Amino acid sequence: MNALYLAAANLRFHWARTLVLVVAAALVLAVPVLTRALLAQGEAALAARAEATPLLLGTRGSRLDLVMAGAYFTDDLPEPATLAASEAVWDSGLGIPVPLYTAFTTGEARIVGTTLDYFDLRGLEAAEGRPFALLGEAVLGASAAARLRLGPGDTVLSNPENLFDLDGAYPLEMTVVGVLAPTGTPDDEAVFTDIKTAWVIAGIGHGHDDILAEGEDAAAAAARVVQYARITEANIDSFHFHGDPATYPVTAVMVVPHDERSATILRGRYLDAEGPVQAVVPADVIDALVARLLRIAALVDAVTLVVGAAAALALGLALFLTWRLRAPEMRTAFALGAGRGTIARLALAEIGLVLLAAALLAAPLVIALQSHAPTIAARLIALGS
Amino acid sequence: MISIRELRFAYGSGFALDLPALDVAARERVAVVGPSGAGKTTLLNLVSGIAVPDRGRVTLDGTEIGALPDRARRRLRAASIGFVFQEFALVDYLNAEENVLYPYRVGAGLRLDRAARDRARALLADFGLGGKTRRRPAELSQGERQRVAIARALVTRPKVILADEATGNLDPANKAAALDLLFAQATDTGAALLCVTHDHELLPRFDRVIDFAELRQAA
Repeated sequence: MNALYLAAANLRFHWARTLVLVVAAALVLAVPVLTRALLAQGEAALAARAEATPLLLGTRGSRLDLVMAGAYFTDDLPEPATLAASEAVWDSGLGIPVPLYTAFTTGEARIVGTTLDYFDLRGLEAAEGRPFALLGEAVLGASAAARLRLGPGDTVLSNPENLFDLDGAYPLEMTVVGVLAPTGTPDDEAVFTDIKTAWVIAGIGHGHDDILAEGEDAAAAAARVVQYARITEANIDSFHFHGDPATYPVTAVMVVPHDERSATILRGRYLDAEGPVQAVVPADVIDALVARLLRIAALVDAVTLVVGAAAALALGLALFLTWRLRAPEMRTAFALGAGRGTIARLALAEIGLVLLAAALLAAPLVIALQSHAPTIAARLIALGS
Repeated sequence: MISIRELRFAYGSGFALDLPALDVAARERVAVVGPSGAGKTTLLNLVSGIAVPDRGRVTLDGTEIGALPDRARRRLRAASIGFVFQEFALVDYLNAEENVLYPYRVGAGLRLDRAARDRARALLADFGLGGKTRRRPAELSQGERQRVAIARALVTRPKVILADEATGNLDPANKAAALDLLFAQATDTGAALLCVTHDHELLPRFDRVIDFAELRQAA
């Protein structure tokens, strides 16, 4: 008790030094635990999302890019496929195709152009408002809504793709009509629109005043065209699309086969290495990725151990130097009848109190971050590209 | 009380302290003088059991200190010896009262109880520090710090008080006051006082003076 009393008095008196030691020790304790928790949660989130996405179609190329873009809405986009891939699945009667076009962003959130089937298949429900129904409407994922501080009635503006490309995609202002309930998946980070709205952003569809004067050449009139940057009740009827819908771009097509047999047949149809479209089972791709992550995690563990040991040594050195400064006090204590055991108890009490305070500081931090780990992991996955 | 016979203690450096005989009685006030490096502090260390003689005997009330095991020597030191140091050696993070009670926090075999606390407060009050018991050393004057250090040496009611240049850092007025306190308390408790000093003006106040320069010449 005497050792604890003296240790507490000394730590209290040198509170600034104690605070630095406690914070440093808390970080040494918390960071490896948090890293491990986030890694585990990230793996779990990746695997769960992959399991919930039976099949993805997309342009032949990197299977990982297709899965990451189609299931996790990351920034690495594969070459777009066409809506024909979706129509082919629909015509086959083997499953429900859900086209996804994720080429654009608003703020840091990815705009996911899709159909209402996506909400049904993912089990997404609106916490506020309603799903999109008209061209130019958007529904926000829970985290995106919180981060952008938007709700039904507000508007979001798509990011311009290239300010200096006059022929490129122009920003489109969309009306927020709903906010989804949180799911702990990449859907929380996305902004959903009808896929036609996404095509409007891409410039495939547009609306403008009818400016063609009688007898005027259409090419001459085109120079006067002012395209709408917002879709309203007044101008929605002027919006139209050019070209064959089958050629419209899609990032991926999520397919929910009717049964195992249909899934097998569908996969078989895209086995031809020369074909433009590939079918991937996200769970297979993610299993391979997680296996790699686990190997990296082992490396991270080793690095964490070394860094932790170095940090612990640095803390130990700081304590040792502090102790050296107290040599006169120890000499006095010895003269007054203290033994080596008393001095050791005093040192251990101080180290123990610092570690206890560090643990008390680290514990709520770890608990708080662990409770938010699914959201953080989902955001990291959405951003991780 | 203190009895020294045929004492020899040598350091690795070659310096050796030889003391054929020395007796200090209870209530006796003995000053130890001599040039620096003559072995005055070594004598205090041998009397307190911090150091053990190579040869000869140091006894306190008939107990040979050098023959005791380490733990017993520490117990004896904590219970029977009071130290006053030149630099006061107060603990910076403890207040005046906690400093006075410090021997009970670290000393072997001492138990901090209500009586000890009452004694610490009474000593501080007697020394004119009753209103400053919660102040830390940095908040006290030199003279006040020395009084706290003297109170710490007395709080265990030791049989022997060892003072090493206890007044060396004080102005003349505080020197006299500190010595008055030591003498008064030593008289009250019956403790022997062994006081190393360089201050020859204080010597007439002691019962006896041991000059280490003369001892070495005789040796």
